[in-house]
Amino acid sequence: MSDTPNVVTGDLEAPTTEAPAEAESTSSETADRKREVHDMWVAGTEEPAWMRSYTDEGAQEILAAEDESAPELTRGTVVEDDFIFDDVADDDELQILNMGPQHPSTHGVLRLHLELDGETIRRVKPIIGYLHTGMEKTAETLTYMQGSTNVTRMDYLSPMHMELAFSLAVESLLGVEIPERGQAIRVLLTELNRVSSHLVWCATQGTDLGAVSMLIFGLRDREYILQFFEKVTGLRMNHNFIRPGGVAADLPDGWEEDIEAILQKVPQGVSEYEELFNGNPIFRDRTMGVGVITPEECKALGVSGPIARASGINWDLRKAFPYSGIDKYDFDVPVGKHGDVWDRYLVRMEEIKQSLGIVKQVLETIPGGDYRTTDRKVTPPPRKRIDESMEALIHHFKLFTSGFKVPAGESYAAVESPRGELGMYVVSDGREKPWRLHARTPSFNHVQALPTMMTDSLVADIVATIASADPVLGDVDR
Amino acid sequence: MAHRSGPSGFLLTTYDAAINWTRTRSMWAATFGLACCAIEMMATGAAHNDLARFGMEVFRASPRQADLMIVAGRVSQKMAPVLRQVYDQMSEPKWVISMGACASTGGMFNNYALVQGVDEVVPVDVYVPGCPPGPQSLIHGILTLQDKVMSGEIVR
Amino acid sequence: MTDSPMTDSPMTDSAMTDGPVTDVFAPLAKAFPEVEFEQVLESQQDVAHVPADRYVDFVAAARTAGFDVFVDLCGVDYLRSNPRYEVVTNLLSHEHVRRLRIRVGVSGTEPVLSSITSVFPGANFYEREVYDLFGIVFDGHPDLTRILMPDDWEGHPLRKNYSVGSVPVRFKESPKAQ
Repeated sequence: MSDTPNVVTGDLEAPTTEAPAEAESTSSETADRKREVHDMWVAGTEEPAWMRSYTDEGAQEILAAEDESAPELTRGTVVEDDFIFDDVADDDELQILNMGPQHPSTHGVLRLHLELDGETIRRVKPIIGYLHTGMEKTAETLTYMQGSTNVTRMDYLSPMHMELAFSLAVESLLGVEIPERGQAIRVLLTELNRVSSHLVWCATQGTDLGAVSMLIFGLRDREYILQFFEKVTGLRMNHNFIRPGGVAADLPDGWEEDIEAILQKVPQGVSEYEELFNGNPIFRDRTMGVGVITPEECKALGVSGPIARASGINWDLRKAFPYSGIDKYDFDVPVGKHGDVWDRYLVRMEEIKQSLGIVKQVLETIPGGDYRTTDRKVTPPPRKRIDESMEALIHHFKLFTSGFKVPAGESYAAVESPRGELGMYVVSDGREKPWRLHARTPSFNHVQALPTMMTDSLVADIVATIASADPVLGDVDR
Repeated sequence: MAHRSGPSGFLLTTYDAAINWTRTRSMWAATFGLACCAIEMMATGAAHNDLARFGMEVFRASPRQADLMIVAGRVSQKMAPVLRQVYDQMSEPKWVISMGACASTGGMFNNYALVQGVDEVVPVDVYVPGCPPGPQSLIHGILTLQDKVMSGEIVR
Repeated sequence: MTDSPMTDSPMTDSAMTDGPVTDVFAPLAKAFPEVEFEQVLESQQDVAHVPADRYVDFVAAARTAGFDVFVDLCGVDYLRSNPRYEVVTNLLSHEHVRRLRIRVGVSGTEPVLSSITSVFPGANFYEREVYDLFGIVFDGHPDLTRILMPDDWEGHPLRKNYSVGSVPVRFKESPKAQ
């Protein structure tokens, strides 16, 4: 790992309190896989000394990778698909439980069909489509100019990434180059969006595990970013700001101060969360070793983003296929080891910090110049020209009513959204509306991978696992 | 509390007013978050906007305990029966706020998949415009509903 | 960090530079002479046109050749061309840092294609989606049912001859509309 530059921040196991750190090292060293129970206690509430013997109680920690029996014991059954299995012989003992689609913890209208053997989940079938909006069909009726209005509503927690992926796909067909300032604005907004999306994840993960105050905290810090977005784009969500050809407008006056305020406030909040989570015995117990997915399963199921990275796949589209000049900025890709909920938490927390680092670099290095391409085929003439020239007015009118034509062809462009690989596949027949627009959305794969993460775990782990997969149902159903 | 003059009917009107007042001040909402608007609904309940000021921060997961259904987001053809079922499970008196353009009219998605307005499925008391409506809009919608309940305009 | 075999994918500069297409695809092209490779848009988008009867074999061979990450599968309705439908599969190689897009034509009169769920279990939901929205039947799929639309829905919405389904905007309270 050490010979690959700019990639890995090292081991992510970095709790703030000392006692759990000892527990980690103990767990990987002792062969009998026991843990000291007093490590789980908050300072001041320790058990008497005689109770500090090794016990299995609450031991859900990850086992060392050298231990050969580890995968079977901790990672559940390796399941390729929930319904490929033959029916279990003693069907009578299984209980069918329906969860959703209206349920507080399911991050939207996800429905799970569970087969329980007592407390243990034997099979899971996610049932989706309760938010199917027909956006891919609607996209065929909208011009490329209007297209980002549509796609931004798919993944409503990271609208900027949806717009960026769509714009990149269209631009690759058009063959236009975006000026450096436009690219920097895109990077700035998408990375801020990654932070705000991860903050919502933080809020919902905490809520689902019973820490309702996390909802208040997470959304509090997200609000600072949304206020900046509102100032820049005019809307708190669903911005329609990144468009084919650049961005809709330049950054407003005084944006530097706003970013500096965000860079000051959000890390404060993040360190507060880490204080709340890292040493919290309940949170550690409910996340460690829960919802495990292996790298091989990630690849076969198309799982990407923080979940894949938490399982040890060193892969980030920002490094592999850089877009919008993001390779100019210095950042690290956090990689986990165990692929459980706890590692996903660590990866996401580190990603927030890295993204804020990118934002800081953009603030320091943003170049001047145009924020959108000067190609008049896709960019409307400047306001001043419209006042002067009739042709410019007609051009402006035509561009916004009938749109611009895109050469025939097909293109796939992907960006690293907060959830993973977000791709847009655009097929153009040479007219001003796409012939076909397909969105490859990360949550779709992650919902598909839920049975793999959940099978043979306990009912109480369902919400923790769903929350850590961070599915956005608008992203799943489109 | 509204006092009316005159000896006759004094008790009856205050009784109504008292009931309406209690209804508005602890109106618990069912979590019916569907799409983008649900995030804004969560933001309304969070620190910056603090829905608790209006006695409404308690979002109930069970429709049996809820008085108000905030339909936050687009309602698909597949979701519409579920929505109606949840509404039927709520106990009287119950109110519905249609939050956002999609829930109110179908919004920009005039296509095969969406119900064009949730009022085709359940009766709606207050429509909140916006895509998505900001927390301030939602709070305004909630206050409008409280006014309507207080004034007795909505009789259930 | 070193204990996982998956972390050593070469995301170094040398791997990301443009290699000739033949380097990565040479074994595939040799084993499947009927498959036509092309590179579109000069942006590392490699496309393979695969005949429908070799589809599953090709995907399996691609998986062995390093394209072991399932990314995407979608349908396209080209309406007036022959074959009418196309199923587009996207694979990714962490090892080569390359993508491979596999395009397969599917007949409009008899839209049937073999399922690749035996190779990539991740194709399960995607094939159900294509079945739901385009009506393409995937032979060998374990659970081919509708996924996005209700089970009793009629028609396949993303087909080009299926209307958008918009209803005229009504102004319910407007006196003129009465």
